[in-house]
Amino acid sequence: MQPDFSIRLEKRGSASTLFAYFSPFIALGLMLFFGGILFAIMGHNPLHALYVYFLEPLMDTWSLHELAIKASPLILIATGLCLCFRSGNWNIGAEGQLIMGGIAGAALPVFFPTYTSFSILPLMLIFGILGGMAWAFIPAFLKNRFGTNEILTSLMLVYIAGHFLDWIVRGPFRNPQGFNFPGSISFSEWQVLPEMLSSGRMHYGMLFAIIGVLVVWFLLSKTMKGFEIQVIGQAPRAGRFAGFSPKGTTIFVFLVSGAFAGLAGIAEVSGAIQQLRPSISPGYGFIAIIVAFLGRLNPLGIFAAGIVLALSFLGGEAVQISLNVTDKIANVFQGLLLFFVLACDTLIHHKISFGHSWRFYNKGATHGAR
Amino acid sequence: MGLVEAILLTVFTAATPLLIAALGELVTERSGVLNLGVEGMMIMGAISGFAFAIYTGNPYIGALAAIIVGILFSLLFAFLTISLVTNQVATGLALTILGLGLSGLWGEAFVGIPGVKLEPIIVPFLSDIPFIGKLFFQQDIIFYFSIILLFGVSWFLFKTRAGLILRSVGDSHSSAHSLGLSVVKTRYLAVMFGGACSGLAGAHLSLVYTTQWIENMTAGRGWIALALVVFASWRPNRVLIGAYLFGAVGIAQLHIQALGFKIPTQFLSALPYIATILVLVIISQNRRLTMMNTPSSLGKGFVPDR
Amino acid sequence: MKKLLATFLSSVAGLGLGLLATTIVAQAADTKACFVYVGPIGDFGWSYQHDQGRLAVEKELGVETAYQESVPEGADAERAIERFARSGCNIIFTTSFGYMEPTNKVAKKFPDVKFEHATGFKRESENVSTYSGKFYQGRYVQGKIAAMESKTGVAGYIASFPIPEVVRGINSFILGAQSVNPDFKLKVVWVNSWFDPGKEADAANTLVAQGADILTQHTDSTAAMQVAQEKGVKAFGQASDMINFGKDVQLTAIIDDWSPYYIERVKAVMDGTWKQHDVWLGMDKGDVVMAPYTNMKPETAKAAEEIEAKIKSNEFEPFTGPITKQDGTEWLKDGEKADVGTLLGMNFYVKGVDDQLPQ
Repeated sequence: MQPDFSIRLEKRGSASTLFAYFSPFIALGLMLFFGGILFAIMGHNPLHALYVYFLEPLMDTWSLHELAIKASPLILIATGLCLCFRSGNWNIGAEGQLIMGGIAGAALPVFFPTYTSFSILPLMLIFGILGGMAWAFIPAFLKNRFGTNEILTSLMLVYIAGHFLDWIVRGPFRNPQGFNFPGSISFSEWQVLPEMLSSGRMHYGMLFAIIGVLVVWFLLSKTMKGFEIQVIGQAPRAGRFAGFSPKGTTIFVFLVSGAFAGLAGIAEVSGAIQQLRPSISPGYGFIAIIVAFLGRLNPLGIFAAGIVLALSFLGGEAVQISLNVTDKIANVFQGLLLFFVLACDTLIHHKISFGHSWRFYNKGATHGAR
Repeated sequence: MGLVEAILLTVFTAATPLLIAALGELVTERSGVLNLGVEGMMIMGAISGFAFAIYTGNPYIGALAAIIVGILFSLLFAFLTISLVTNQVATGLALTILGLGLSGLWGEAFVGIPGVKLEPIIVPFLSDIPFIGKLFFQQDIIFYFSIILLFGVSWFLFKTRAGLILRSVGDSHSSAHSLGLSVVKTRYLAVMFGGACSGLAGAHLSLVYTTQWIENMTAGRGWIALALVVFASWRPNRVLIGAYLFGAVGIAQLHIQALGFKIPTQFLSALPYIATILVLVIISQNRRLTMMNTPSSLGKGFVPDR
Repeated sequence: MKKLLATFLSSVAGLGLGLLATTIVAQAADTKACFVYVGPIGDFGWSYQHDQGRLAVEKELGVETAYQESVPEGADAERAIERFARSGCNIIFTTSFGYMEPTNKVAKKFPDVKFEHATGFKRESENVSTYSGKFYQGRYVQGKIAAMESKTGVAGYIASFPIPEVVRGINSFILGAQSVNPDFKLKVVWVNSWFDPGKEADAANTLVAQGADILTQHTDSTAAMQVAQEKGVKAFGQASDMINFGKDVQLTAIIDDWSPYYIERVKAVMDGTWKQHDVWLGMDKGDVVMAPYTNMKPETAKAAEEIEAKIKSNEFEPFTGPITKQDGTEWLKDGEKADVGTLLGMNFYVKGVDDQLPQ
């Protein structure tokens, strides 16, 4: 007997609306369920632990601000990425684009520390955006010109950017008064992205995230360009017949997502950290990929997903302090959540039946990477 | 022991886990599946190898456990991407994140405990050969295995029928399927092989490289292994060159420093990645080369339609 | 028990007898000391020792403590510190140089909470103190031991970042070694991290390959000690006693014992006598301790004990002239002692270090 691997997938005529709405919630529920089991195994009351993890951080204003600080780069980057993913361009190098955005934007206060007026901050943001775009342009250009795989090039560029940052904060950008410690000068008041409300630390990065979400939502649902992006992603041949340019789209989506990542980078450096350091992101660029998928590649969904993922970070810290559980548990929750989302995603597009062997299928067909 | 010998020995140690993990990923990718979860499978291998070596006092059982855990972990990926046809990029990423988290939880109990070392096996007579003996015949079992694995993978891919099937599945799953080849089974096995290799590579870190458990101790080596496969343009023998090159760069910068020279080490560290991009560009430009080696359905899900 | 005592005492107070006693007990029960660590408490180095200090505070004073480990320097550090400030901590110890900016920022917002920042130099508001250890005193002892035990006359130094604290340690080590063997050589490898066991092990292997038969480190993991044990070269533990990882090779270790300081400061908060200061703790008060002298010749151990006693009694200071800088210029004249300012900002090597200081 052959082992029967077969879970048979049948494409639904149209995506199940029921599943489309509920799948993220099913995934969340499954994650909570397995998370509770995990806590129980570790000897904690699962309900209490889940309360500390997922609800406590929402209980006071201060930590809501912190939530927003954590969520805004995730939302911003993921919104840019959803354009890429929808058009079938696999930019997984947002982390590198974020870093280059941070470096480019920080160059201004580092080299012109005395340039303090209201115009410095907008210039820093623009530099950040340009830095991210420049870094994102490389994999897009290589893909168009040479046909190189953008997944791999954009990933490699993350590491190059990381080493570049490491070098620059120990070399040209180092604070001369910093006792040789790696890091730039601390930004002055004019160079810091201000707080939005007086009640906490949340800075204007959140506003950028909201604007980003709205712009991309509008682009995708109301404009021709958005339609073009989706057609090229879903049916490249049809797109070409319609006269859409896949190469132009590749450049466009990479530049937009690079710009968003770069903006997130300089917002993080200027708003949250307020200096350039050897490490400016705890993997926002990668986590944003989870956010994009959890949000079902929809800008409004991404907004909610970004908050959930940010919560997973804060909750990890909360259980570390209250229950003495390592904050690595945050990674477990994030990984599980993405698994469940992806699995539920399959349910939207396919009917599943079990037990028949794959050998009896006659004609093979391919879906591109969705 | 001469300086050159000593340098090469450390390079060998640094390169071995890269070589093993990259060979595993190469087989996986040749079947058309891109598993970005190498880092996660490696770190799971590192913790399970360490843990079982402590539980049993026997590092060989540790290494074996790492292989098994690597396979189990890769099955999770296989089930999602092959059976449920989820997106491979996202699923691989989830596997990495989950692996980092789970290993951290499991490893909490092992922080700060000295581990059990996989002692070198000294091959009689051969190890007495000057220079070569020390380098090649006084190593741990995982090193020997990595060399066997290299030849094994080459032979399997290019000299056996099963290897041919694997490559055709990777090149075009739909034609392979219409020829009656079992796409799903082939891919499951290829992913599991990758998982086993990643697990073993992780065990090398915690049982040979530094015999202790540290969170995130793979430190990006899984991603380097991914880069290596591309760098090698999906050829096993080039993986060997790449792994030793990547390993040598890391060691060389320390030696250059100890000799009293001053160089920006970050540049050296970034060099392999720049090289990988260049290699990618070169092989992509040369269509014939690309056609020969790149699995063309890499990263694409396969759903047999009726 | 604590509660019982408090109830008992407060009922005594209710009788109008011991108002003072209640205040003290009430404060012990109310005081909360919190700690932010840069590494895992299981690193058996820097963070581990700080946590030992925390446990000592808990044991000695019976106060509540809390900690958060592996807090990255940067945006997350500010949240960790502020979370503690909000959760009722009365005194917060932030134990890494990189927490300097966030500590000062949060301190401004919480004037009633006391902040203690390790190894920093910024005290922007009245409620921030800074403290550090004169670990270089121990390095001098190590240098002396190294020169007496080494056969090759070369020691290897695994260094993290070229900040003054690390540079001081390197200089003190070579001065100690030169007091025995003027031609002693020191090779330095920078790994650009406080905690990266893989790289530390690689660096240790590198240094051994290049002829060092004594290893010392200014990084936090035990990886180098393990390499030393395997290769059969001698090594010094860092921050904590690492004898378990190198039982046949550890010569001694510099132990950062934060307990006396932490107990003193938490007590000061309880008594209401806490005042801002900047201290540099040394061997004299028991904050820098040498682990037992092991795996060495008896005469080496004797010499080490002698110099340790001299430093402890402040009879001897490692940075006493004549000392020449690496570039050949004179730094300190015969008998002249280094001023604290130069030491705190040290950014040059003394003669004999076989390395160029990364600038």
